[in-house]
Amino acid sequence: MKYSAWSLLRGALSGHRHWDPAWADVTRRSSYDVIIIGGGGHGLAAAYYLAKNHGVTNVAVLERGWIGGGNTGRNTTIVRSNYLFPESARLYDFSLKLYEGLSRELNFNIMLSQRALVMLAHSRHDLDSMSRWANAMRMNGIAAELVTAAEVGAMAPALDLSPNARLPVLGGFVQRRAGTARHDAVAWGYARAASALGVHIIQNCEVRGFIVESGKVAGVDTSLGPIRADRVGIAAAGHSSVLAKLAGFRLPVTSYALQAMVSEPIKPILDTVVLSPGTGAYVSQSDKGEIVMGAMLDLFPSYAQRGSFAVKQAIIASVLALFPSFSRLQLLRQWAGIVDVVHDSSPIIGPTPVPGLYINCGWGTGGFKAIPVGGWTLAHVLATGKSHALAEPFQLQRFIDGRLIDEAAASGIAH
Amino acid sequence: MTSSRLPAPFGFRLDRGRTVSFEFNNRRMTGYAGDTLASALLANGVQLVGRSFKLHRPRGFYSCGVEDPSGLVDVGTGATRTPNQRATMIELAEGLRAASVNCWPTVEFDLGSVTGMLSALLPAGFYYKTFKWPNWHLFEPMIRRMAGLGRAAGVADPDRYEEVAAVADVLVVGGGIAGLSAAVSAAQSGAHTLLLAGGAFLGGALSWRTDADIDALVAAARLAGVRILTRTMAFGVYDHGLVCARESLPPGSTRTAALQGDGANGGGRGVLRERLWKIRARHIVAAAGAFERPMLFPDNDRPGVMLAGAADKYAQAFGVACGRHVVIAANSDSAYGVAESLRGAGMNIVALVDRRARADIGVDGTSFRTLDRAGITKVDGSASVRGCTVVSVGAAGRPETFYCDAILSAGGYAPAVHLHSQAGGKLRWLEDAAMFVPDGHAPGLVSVGACAGIFDREAAAEHAAQVGRALANELVPPVATPQGAGRSLASTRLPGVTGKQFVDLQNDVAVDDVGLAARENYRSVEHLKRYTTTGMGTDQGKTSNVNALVLMGDFTGRQPAEVGTTKFRPPFAPVTLGLMAGRRVGALYRPLKSLPAERWHQAHGALFEQFGSWYRPAAYPLKGETLAVAAQREARAVRASVGVLDGSPLGKLEVFGPDAAEFLDLMYVGTMSTLRIGQARYGVLLNENGIVVDDGIVARMSEAQYWINTTSAGVERTTAAFEEWLQCEYTNLRVVVTPVTSRWGNVTVAGPKAWHWLSAIGFEAAFGPVSMKHMTLRTGALEGVPLRVLRASFSGELGYEVNLPADHVHWLLERLWARAPEFAAVPYGIEALEILRTEKGYIHIGTDTDGTTLPGDIGFARALDKKKANFVGRRSLLRPAACDPERLQLVALASGSATTPLPVGAQIAAGSPPARSQGYVTSSYMSPSLGTPVALGLLARGAERLGERVRVHHLGTTLEAVVVKAPFIDPAGEHLDGERLDG
Amino acid sequence: MMRIPCICCGPRDENEFVCGGTSHIQRPALDADDEAWGGYLFFRDNPKGVHLERWRHVQGCGRWFNLARSTVTHEVLTVYAMTEPPPTELPP
Repeated sequence: MKYSAWSLLRGALSGHRHWDPAWADVTRRSSYDVIIIGGGGHGLAAAYYLAKNHGVTNVAVLERGWIGGGNTGRNTTIVRSNYLFPESARLYDFSLKLYEGLSRELNFNIMLSQRALVMLAHSRHDLDSMSRWANAMRMNGIAAELVTAAEVGAMAPALDLSPNARLPVLGGFVQRRAGTARHDAVAWGYARAASALGVHIIQNCEVRGFIVESGKVAGVDTSLGPIRADRVGIAAAGHSSVLAKLAGFRLPVTSYALQAMVSEPIKPILDTVVLSPGTGAYVSQSDKGEIVMGAMLDLFPSYAQRGSFAVKQAIIASVLALFPSFSRLQLLRQWAGIVDVVHDSSPIIGPTPVPGLYINCGWGTGGFKAIPVGGWTLAHVLATGKSHALAEPFQLQRFIDGRLIDEAAASGIAH
Repeated sequence: MTSSRLPAPFGFRLDRGRTVSFEFNNRRMTGYAGDTLASALLANGVQLVGRSFKLHRPRGFYSCGVEDPSGLVDVGTGATRTPNQRATMIELAEGLRAASVNCWPTVEFDLGSVTGMLSALLPAGFYYKTFKWPNWHLFEPMIRRMAGLGRAAGVADPDRYEEVAAVADVLVVGGGIAGLSAAVSAAQSGAHTLLLAGGAFLGGALSWRTDADIDALVAAARLAGVRILTRTMAFGVYDHGLVCARESLPPGSTRTAALQGDGANGGGRGVLRERLWKIRARHIVAAAGAFERPMLFPDNDRPGVMLAGAADKYAQAFGVACGRHVVIAANSDSAYGVAESLRGAGMNIVALVDRRARADIGVDGTSFRTLDRAGITKVDGSASVRGCTVVSVGAAGRPETFYCDAILSAGGYAPAVHLHSQAGGKLRWLEDAAMFVPDGHAPGLVSVGACAGIFDREAAAEHAAQVGRALANELVPPVATPQGAGRSLASTRLPGVTGKQFVDLQNDVAVDDVGLAARENYRSVEHLKRYTTTGMGTDQGKTSNVNALVLMGDFTGRQPAEVGTTKFRPPFAPVTLGLMAGRRVGALYRPLKSLPAERWHQAHGALFEQFGSWYRPAAYPLKGETLAVAAQREARAVRASVGVLDGSPLGKLEVFGPDAAEFLDLMYVGTMSTLRIGQARYGVLLNENGIVVDDGIVARMSEAQYWINTTSAGVERTTAAFEEWLQCEYTNLRVVVTPVTSRWGNVTVAGPKAWHWLSAIGFEAAFGPVSMKHMTLRTGALEGVPLRVLRASFSGELGYEVNLPADHVHWLLERLWARAPEFAAVPYGIEALEILRTEKGYIHIGTDTDGTTLPGDIGFARALDKKKANFVGRRSLLRPAACDPERLQLVALASGSATTPLPVGAQIAAGSPPARSQGYVTSSYMSPSLGTPVALGLLARGAERLGERVRVHHLGTTLEAVVVKAPFIDPAGEHLDGERLDG
Repeated sequence: MMRIPCICCGPRDENEFVCGGTSHIQRPALDADDEAWGGYLFFRDNPKGVHLERWRHVQGCGRWFNLARSTVTHEVLTVYAMTEPPPTELPP
């Protein structure tokens, strides 16, 4: 059933009783061609692209809670592709391009708002770093501009633009195609589209072990019983190590809490996304009017999805250092995800030491913008057994060879 | 409008002797001291206060407290404009100015109400189904303008917030009968007890009337030494028993001034507005009470529909009648008490419409009309209630119409289980009373009173006293037995009614929206919340969450316990951002470090900038000079004669011990154990990944003592790394590392006349370049001030780094400055330093290196195989990536233009973008000594490409450059010994 | 915000400390193969449950010590010196 203004009008006349479930209720099979563990954005996108790109529809997405309830539902919704190295630039810009067509493709308004991202320079050294960054992006064929302090002020007048600000704004650089998207809509949109192609979405199903036969994966043991498949993909973000342990290998991942929070909704005051690499803070205003904020990690391993109060204070202090006029707004909601951080802040997409078992993880603090490409490349390796060209540089082997792709600066978070 | 003020003794919180004037939507009104803004507005007959978020339906006061979804106003103007305040929580003060939110041009005539007429097109989640073509950008600006409630100030907050820490044996959250009982008995049993009450008055649900039991408990609490904080709302339970609370400071003359302050600078210095309490308690007692649950019926959102308990509170405490002719929709015995109470205040109880069957109603014999198994099917009026229609399910089902100007809603209670849940406690659903209550204790937290499901005051007090006593004695306290709430139905709506029955009044989420969510498979309680946005308003669902989840259960055949609640997370109620940041604002946000001799530099015209965490001179511009021109002049002067730089931020460590030499060989790429006493060597530090992270000069002061310099930005990291290796890995080495950056200042004198200048102010001949070789360190004194003098050079000229006690830097600078003119000496800043070192091809860590640079890339991996020690990072240099021939290597670059330096950050590539980058420009300056630009960069296979012409790309332009040999100046190093001293 | 029991100073607020990650990781010798070296640098158990980890009291005594702490509940189970071996008995 198609979503459109017409269908809304029809609904208005009929009490909205004609709508179908966004994703179908299914009777679980005992085996599938492919199982995807993790019903977040990456897992659901992988299921969709398996069906759409590769015609593989006998797929189950297993989600231990409610779909989109992990990091996909906990981020600050920023999408961008301002990365330094060519390998990352290709990966993330491919994702952004998919985002640009996603509402139409999924027939679900994901509310992509390309309202630009401005990264702030607070010192002349920052200006130099941004020059490198913007030029590197242009080398990779991605548009970026350096802007003056006055131009930053015109884009985000709520910033503290006074010359003796604690964080003076000396200029910045802008990616105009960057912006935000509605995170829940991305998860639900992919779920609906995948379900329409025959994918089974199974919630409240926790994987508790792997079935391995002759050294190859043959299925999973779950809270709802065993389910067989000879190809399994893990897209479980902060829980990647837990699953890896069940499969008998380790990952170069540590799981941390990454906090985010919103203020009460106010009338529009910030129309662009602002990121300050110097403080690690990033701020935007949602379409509902809430100021959305995030910054640094809680720097100790945690699966609690809670976040430390002291770090919350530090995040807010960073935001107010940029936007002092937000001081009298009230914090409405605060939450944390479990982010799978790897040393070089670049993902791992490809085979694991267990044949038939593949993984998509390591996105750390930057997974939301990569949902389309993460799904696309995980689907590719699940369908063909070979890594997608975009994913080739992002294998486990790089941690042995030392060929890290260190995007720590580009990810915008002070690790 | 007529006033609805009741005569005394109603309104016992008012001081009718003190009239207070205020403004609402630019209309002047009066109230009394003791009023809240809400009670004063109601007393002035103001029912229409705002508009709902989505449909812009008229909104009035729904409650008397923090749970109000509707009564939001912007308070104040100018810098102290505070959006989205709850009028029910604002204590009326002279000169208060408040305005409705989310309406234009006025709350009475709001153009946004057009959306209300389109409500059929705007069910929950409608925006996901449309706005896709041509794309969201066409519709987004309009949606954004319609979204949001209040308006932010737009200027900096003049007020202040502070943070206080406290500890207690027993922390009681809530000052009602249960909280007070627990606190009294805990304190009487010897526990150090702290009690927080969210409101200004103690007594909780009983504070809206005078109550002898409460008064007695308060007196007993004070006598027992309970520390009581009022206006202090606990908003979160965090790890290890941390409770955070917001104390709102009471209105007084200073606060009034702030409320009025919309003049220049927001009225001056501002006031201390709120205080953040961070409390560590051994035991937490939650006595947070319960919220009233609303009834569901069509148009239950009209101004004039209010929670029943709230109407009673307005009458008793504030002497305000919320209506003259009242219909009460009920699902709880509490409605009957309210009805009697309001009758006693002179209001006419038209009818009490009880949804329950007779058998469930625990009250007999009333003096007003009651109906059972009945509900409201229609409400007349839009901006205010004018009547309603009621249907009885049991009887013939004939509708009956009543005239009324207020409809009170008594749907039952929802215990405030927030803190219990935040602490990790579980919940269970009580069938009879239709409420969630704590299921046992939470780790470190016990619930008492209404929030534990006890609605009988004696039972609550008794249980709470037992809890207080048990906790004080470190015994396990008894779990509460819920009682006293009577029977209530889970679902309060009548079957088969048409019309919008609102669940969440702020976000306009109605019963049909929950049904839609169920139909579309958004059935998890978390999906329900996100899809319909129920509970996501500023009231956080305090009056809507339970109704919503019960409804979802109805629609999907599940019990409320199966549906469950969404996760309870702090804050319990919204908290000011400024309060969370506290004093970490302005200059106290990550405070910058200042030079010990900062005043000297200020007096000499320094232009200060932030360099990392230091505030230091970039240059010393003369009148009319820009920073760039000043730096050129300073750099030229250093090479021509001499300059002085305050190098105090340079990282300094002392490494001492019998194993110091061995230790340093493990830390550095180079070998430090072979240094002779007094000799110094440049060293590079790696992390275990082989990446260059710091550099600096290491000097040996004695067999067992080394003097280490690091970069100013890296010293803390390097010191920490040294400690980590010593304490965690090489625990047998006998080494002590002492950071001394702030103990020792550094005055750097550089230039051909450097020794002339130092000698002229009294430095001993032993420091002269003839006796003291380059890269040596010598101790001594000047006029009794101890010195550690290092002959080293970042500029390539004769250089002395004079280390001395930090509080003497000013003194030494003055000494030097007195003789400066003779030597044409200048002070020079960081910018000139960067020019000088770039001319020499010396790197700056973090500028000419990044998080991928290995020592081999900067020419520092020669002769490594001769060194034995397995220094930090060594093994990483043997990995395949380290041997990649395409690695970026440090090069010197000459600009193709004689006048234009290459832009820093410009990329080097054979073709114009998009193209494969081969590297980039890292440092670039005009050289005043050469008259041509100089630059450094990182270039793939740079070491092999000497003499090659390369193309440099910067933001759409292309420039030429040549790879040349560094340094640009004095390749033979002849300047290092300076000008010979005559005579 | 946790209370971390510094082995020297007693319980202090978490923001006085820095967490150094997993404990008991041996630094391999120079002749270790690339796999072992990569394992040492990057690969971790990252348990969802009791974690033996290193903490340093940076805004205090500066001492490094070991903690057994749950990464799920944040409960601290025991503290022991940097040079001590891992505790043999711990609750699951």
